[in-house]
Amino acid sequence: MTAQAGDITRTPSAKGALRRRLPGSLAWHIGALALLAVILYPVVWVVGGSFKASEDIVGSLDLFPADPIVSNYTGLADGIADISVSTFFFNSLLLAVGSVIGILISCSLTAYAFAKIRFAGRNLLFTLMIGTLLLPYHVLLIPQYVLFRNLDMINTYTPLLLGKYLATEAFFVFLMVQFMRNLPRELDEAARLDGCGHLRIYWSIVLPLCRPALITSAIFTFINSWNDFMGPLIYLNEPGKYTVSLGLKMFVDQEGLANYGGMIAMSLVALLPVLAFFLAFQRYLIDGMATSGLKG
Amino acid sequence: MGTAVTHAPATEARAKDPEPRHGPGTPPRPADLKRRGRRENLAGYLFMSPWIAGFLLLTAGPMAASLYFAFTDYNLFDAPRWIGLDNFSEMLGDPRWRHSVRVTLWYVAVGTPVKLLVALGVALLLAQKRRGQAFYRAAFYAPSLIGASVSVAIVWKAIFSDDAIVDRTQKVFGIDAGGWTGDPDLIIYSLVALTVWQFGAPMVIFLAGLKQVPRELYEAADVDGAGKLRQFWKITLPMISPVLFFNVLLETIHSFQIFSSAYIVGGGAGGNACGPADGSMVYTCYLYVQGFENSRMGLASAMAWMLLVAVALVTAVLFWSQKRWVHYEEGGR
Repeated sequence: MTAQAGDITRTPSAKGALRRRLPGSLAWHIGALALLAVILYPVVWVVGGSFKASEDIVGSLDLFPADPIVSNYTGLADGIADISVSTFFFNSLLLAVGSVIGILISCSLTAYAFAKIRFAGRNLLFTLMIGTLLLPYHVLLIPQYVLFRNLDMINTYTPLLLGKYLATEAFFVFLMVQFMRNLPRELDEAARLDGCGHLRIYWSIVLPLCRPALITSAIFTFINSWNDFMGPLIYLNEPGKYTVSLGLKMFVDQEGLANYGGMIAMSLVALLPVLAFFLAFQRYLIDGMATSGLKG
Repeated sequence: MGTAVTHAPATEARAKDPEPRHGPGTPPRPADLKRRGRRENLAGYLFMSPWIAGFLLLTAGPMAASLYFAFTDYNLFDAPRWIGLDNFSEMLGDPRWRHSVRVTLWYVAVGTPVKLLVALGVALLLAQKRRGQAFYRAAFYAPSLIGASVSVAIVWKAIFSDDAIVDRTQKVFGIDAGGWTGDPDLIIYSLVALTVWQFGAPMVIFLAGLKQVPRELYEAADVDGAGKLRQFWKITLPMISPVLFFNVLLETIHSFQIFSSAYIVGGGAGGNACGPADGSMVYTCYLYVQGFENSRMGLASAMAWMLLVAVALVTAVLFWSQKRWVHYEEGGR
């Protein structure tokens, strides 16, 4: 809190104010930059390490090698266990895009019902929905696995996608409900008087106005799906169907320390889509987080 | 604001309910209302149908099945066999299970408060209007997005391994403990460090809360001559207590469920799933081992229910405690 001292400038003279403000501001920036260095260290380390020879990565303290090599990256072209790295990326992309589509459709429909339609039992269902938000996923892990196994769906993408099309991600439903409730009521009331049905109001009025909430949900869904490890670990058992997360884990188990450089390079490449999304949409992500906390 | 997690939205919806359905001056005929109500019910359930199907098929049904499995011996291949409370007594008598409970409780009890303290501290720092504020906010938030990935877990394992940066830094201070990830007692600290590294998500929520504290309160306190520390305790903390409650609740629940990072940071060495000598054997790791490596689905279900009960208890205690320390504005949401 010492940095805050610079905030109060009771001295009437501008000079005095400047003198009091400067150290506070300086301390603030030094503090923020020091923290930034700690936060970014692992990221810088992995970037530097990916250009080092395997045996130099852990031991050497230089962040960047004197003579960088690219063989860690070019080596990825050989694939992992005879499977091309691009296969893992394609699989992950397929799952992520499939998840985004499912979440956008199912969660927005559900949210519309909660926010805009007054039907019997709405409050009870809403409470149930919020309850699932707090439910530990692990309680569902085994019975869902048994269910999908009985349906002969192990080693398919159905178990990983079905829930996304059935609005089981309560967080996004909740986010959209909050957003829809804040839309001006006059709009859909006017549309109702003009004889519009719910489907029409949902599609032509509410959805377009909900764009920010939809974008936030879409990006979070993409990133969550891309990062997901436990789901694919349990449901996929054929390397050709593996996602990037599973491919990476297989890489570690099979080559491990022998090809440390390749592992680090692959780790970094696997992060790129998430980092790209973050750089492009950070405002939506941060605002989405912030509102979830305030209203939630 | 914060209770909103369960209560406020529902009450809000109820409060909005008495709303004019017809234009002024024309009292609706009862028959009209009834027809309209039926139409609304139908529309509501049609829009909700994906969620209802999902709730029944993927949440309620599985929960019931899981509860049943918890009292059976079930290996996926033979039909489940009812064994009463045997799974639970086996669990309680299993030193490895007790170890996983200890590791998890320790992780939750240390990782969550440290993470939230860092998040709050940095939020207070960033709440001051300075140049570059938005940049820092984004940069500090980034780890929360990538922290759950396998990539970061791999990097973590490397950074905390023998002779790497953390090991060398502690040697500078004369501590020769070796790498953390290879040490059964230290590996859990590397997982705590990993969760603390992701302080950005709660920080963003704290920041949003701090922004809503009326400036006049601080100005009035300044006039009264209250110091900064006093202002923090008497104004800031009570005003952001709903947001603090929200963060404590979500982070605690999440911490109990840590899996991927423990599995990957701890995995690999000697084919051990969860760390050297079970050092990072958190609860869900053991659940995974019992369920999917040992095919003990009944036992794993019983374990999952114990986790659910533990999380529910913690949630209940937090909700009960909020009366004492969470301040909601009068007439607020």
